[in-house]
Amino acid sequence: MSAADLITSPPAREPARHSNLTRVVIYGLLLLFAFVYLIPLVVMVMTSLKPLDEVTGGNMFALPHHLTFDPWVQAWGEARIGVSDTAGIAGYFWNSIKMVVPAVAISTMLGALNGYVLTKWRFPGHKLVFGMMLFACFIPFQSVIIPMAVILGYLGEIGNSLIDATGYAFGFGNPTVNLVIVHVIYGLGFTTLFFRNYYEAFPTELVKAAQIDGASFFQIFRRILLPNSTPIIIVTVIYQFTNIWNDFLFGSTFAAGDSSPMTVALNNLVNTSTGIVEYNVNMAAAIIAAGPTLFVYIVGGRYFVRGLMAGAVKG
Amino acid sequence: MAFLEINALRKRFGALEIIKGIDLTLEKGGFLVLVGPSGCGKSTLLNMIAGLESITSGEISIDGDVINDLHPSKRDIAMVFQSYALYPNMSVAQNMAFGMEMRGVPKPERDKAVADVAKTLQIEHLLNRRPSQLSGGQRQRVAMGRALVRQPRVFLFDEPLSNLDAKLRVDMRIEIKRLHHQTGTTIVYVTHDQIEAMTLATRIAVLKDGELQQVGSPYEIYNTPANLFVADFMGSPSMNLIEAKVSKTNGAASIVVDRPGAEPIVLPAPNSADATKLRDGGIVILGIRPEAVSDPESADRKSKNIATFASHVDLVEPAGSDTFVVTKIAGKEVTARMRADADVRPGQNVSFAFNLDKAVLFDPQTSRRV
Amino acid sequence: MTVSVAPTVVKTTRARRGLARQRLQNLLPKLVLAPSFILVLVFVYGFNLWTFFLSFTNSKAFASTHLVGLLNYRRLWDWTFQSDPPSNWYTAIVNMGLFGGLYVFFCLVLGLTLAILLDQKIRGEGILRPIYLYPLALSFIVTGTAWKLFLDPGIGLEKAMHDWGWTSFHFDWVVNPRMMIYCVAIAGIWQTSGFVMAMFLAGLRGVDGEIIKAAQIDGASAFQTYRRIIIPIMRPVFLSAIIILTHMAIKSYDLVLSVTGKNPGGAAELPSTFMYSFTFTRNQMAVGSTAAVIMLMTIAAIMVPYLYSELREKGR
Repeated sequence: MSAADLITSPPAREPARHSNLTRVVIYGLLLLFAFVYLIPLVVMVMTSLKPLDEVTGGNMFALPHHLTFDPWVQAWGEARIGVSDTAGIAGYFWNSIKMVVPAVAISTMLGALNGYVLTKWRFPGHKLVFGMMLFACFIPFQSVIIPMAVILGYLGEIGNSLIDATGYAFGFGNPTVNLVIVHVIYGLGFTTLFFRNYYEAFPTELVKAAQIDGASFFQIFRRILLPNSTPIIIVTVIYQFTNIWNDFLFGSTFAAGDSSPMTVALNNLVNTSTGIVEYNVNMAAAIIAAGPTLFVYIVGGRYFVRGLMAGAVKG
Repeated sequence: MAFLEINALRKRFGALEIIKGIDLTLEKGGFLVLVGPSGCGKSTLLNMIAGLESITSGEISIDGDVINDLHPSKRDIAMVFQSYALYPNMSVAQNMAFGMEMRGVPKPERDKAVADVAKTLQIEHLLNRRPSQLSGGQRQRVAMGRALVRQPRVFLFDEPLSNLDAKLRVDMRIEIKRLHHQTGTTIVYVTHDQIEAMTLATRIAVLKDGELQQVGSPYEIYNTPANLFVADFMGSPSMNLIEAKVSKTNGAASIVVDRPGAEPIVLPAPNSADATKLRDGGIVILGIRPEAVSDPESADRKSKNIATFASHVDLVEPAGSDTFVVTKIAGKEVTARMRADADVRPGQNVSFAFNLDKAVLFDPQTSRRV
Repeated sequence: MTVSVAPTVVKTTRARRGLARQRLQNLLPKLVLAPSFILVLVFVYGFNLWTFFLSFTNSKAFASTHLVGLLNYRRLWDWTFQSDPPSNWYTAIVNMGLFGGLYVFFCLVLGLTLAILLDQKIRGEGILRPIYLYPLALSFIVTGTAWKLFLDPGIGLEKAMHDWGWTSFHFDWVVNPRMMIYCVAIAGIWQTSGFVMAMFLAGLRGVDGEIIKAAQIDGASAFQTYRRIIIPIMRPVFLSAIIILTHMAIKSYDLVLSVTGKNPGGAAELPSTFMYSFTFTRNQMAVGSTAAVIMLMTIAAIMVPYLYSELREKGR
């Protein structure tokens, strides 16, 4: 049983019998904590539904007097982000989508193949290779960011000369392409870890049987392993999606201005130093930025937790 | 030339040698059982025949063709795995047809072959189910079906019955034996269960630590084990092994078992032993199966070599069809198989009849049979 | 066996072709793994070495190859002790200690408390558990934005308390440079403690039920059972949690920027923000690289032994 399954399973033992008073205290504490965890989100939502004067003049815990969706409309399509001319966060939202979808797809696919090789086609030194890939998950990105900036700079120059020569950059120097590359590379460790641990428990006899049946390396992968990998694919996709969507460091370093992803745009919007702070619009934008990952969490919570646990304790 | 030939086969993982030079042959239509304790290398040997493990040195050939470097799928073999290894994402029919599909056999042919085998194994009603919807016995059948469909030159079985409960195991054992009789295929079968080995095999190979201990028919293995390991490993309850001294007078050897505080037991040397190799005063180990130790009434009438003596009963184990009686001779426990209704109680002094026609002697130094 | 020449020839050529194909098949797994491994080798290990190299140069706005020996390390070393006026690096180190210590400690305490409370066969656990966990789905930027609003004395908690009549209530940490780092810690704890709760809950439920029964038969109370039996059994979970949390604390970057509003005056400086601002805004790339190397070394010192033991334990 995986760690995540343990969480959702009831205690295997008889629960300790508590007096009624103790039970009241336990429930009271749990509800208090639930309140504390929920309140920032609740305040965010309420603030985003109030007119600005009600935010600055009223109590943040008070329900909206004049319910308004204007802040949402403004955040999505009208608000000025930093020094950019683009209005609203809509464009940045799509930037993030364009970055996340290919990055998740590619890193998941590579992770699956790596996990397959590392468990079912072992070679001397497979442990070292895996260990090296695993450590890559945990490096502070500060230690690779300067060389990455230099390399991406070169790619940009190649793109410029390609434009001069052919009129088309073929993706070289494109900030979205750059971010996809970066996220694929630095996500490989995790996707490989997920699939390796999953395939480790996958019966090797099935692979042997398929070999005797005459299936090739890729046929075994496609016909035997992949059809039985749905849970781990979901876990990996959710994990990668959340991580890449929520990334800020790479986004703010390698994609500037109009090509920024959502998180960077949100930060720029919130920390704009010009004009009055439109808290309600900021909160609406923050909820929009959190929307996709929250949605994934609500829909696939079980897989979400499983990914988190797999990324922490490998077992 | 034998159908399956294994010559000087070795397998090494780094410095660790797992198969230490094995020679084996099997005639066409034979049923070879590889048996031994876990870690003896029997599964590795089977995987080497299948091509799932590489060969360090030596040679394996089937029907005269050396198959050392052939891919598993090109060796014309089929394998039934311990866990059955049914592809969970495919139906039973798809499982059985997968090998043919990989070889590019057209669909109508595949369907016909699957249908034929399904009929033989009486699993036609299961063809559209998934492995997860099958019982253990059904999975076992499907796994055999998948192997049969290939019509291979050699069938390989890797402990196929070890995941079944006791009752089903007996049923499936009979089924496999029947299948072997019907189809006349050549089978190599790995098990750690010596009863399976005895009942199924035409030839048994006993392995220990990557070395072949003895090869022979089940009768030979059981009655004339080559060494103490085989004697102890095969048979349940296992063979009684008693330390004794040789006494030679006028060329006729007898075996003396000293008993502290009691008369020594003097037994005629068993016929199986080569009397010329016995030295006067030499130590030997007398091996005698529990069924060759009985109460005098149920001793084998045809045997001319029966010695009877009294001993103290330690323990009585009624097993239904027989009663096993344990006594101590020379500090070692000796199990006798008596009639089910033998009136024996612990603490009694009872007569035991040793049938020395069925006894063997071992040299304790080399542990080989003399 | 009769020897016929022609079939033998056919057989050997066919065998040779088969052998070549098989050799390719044997190579295929490595070929499939190679691109990923090379990417990691170059972009993780190569880049780390590159950064390491830069830390010995005098790189400013652009990477330079002019070596200056240990100058940058010496500079950081001096700054480590320059407390009056505090150097940015001194602030970063002190903040790291404060933030890291509070973050790890309170995440553990809250996580364990919640896990034990939830483990008492709670009705509605299925609703409560996701509530403690949902902050993990948010980005640090969103978390920071929310907490910045929540703690803002002008419109947030302080104002609400004043509205409700508690006029002496005073809480302006989020705009007070000296206290900002505590707000970062609060937001961080809010975001991550649910994760620690999940780890502990899994640990609690992995404890063999028979051991607990044995303790109950021995007369241990619920509290004693936790203190003497269950929590000691969960020691490996504590270790994992501490290591994961420490590593997350060192890597924290976005949260600082969003809670403090771009870290005004470097008041909430951490090594991660120090590295970034020295590299990209102050044009002292060599100093930034040196800070990055120190971060990497610290994390490696924590993670490598941990990963090594985890991989070895599995032993497969």
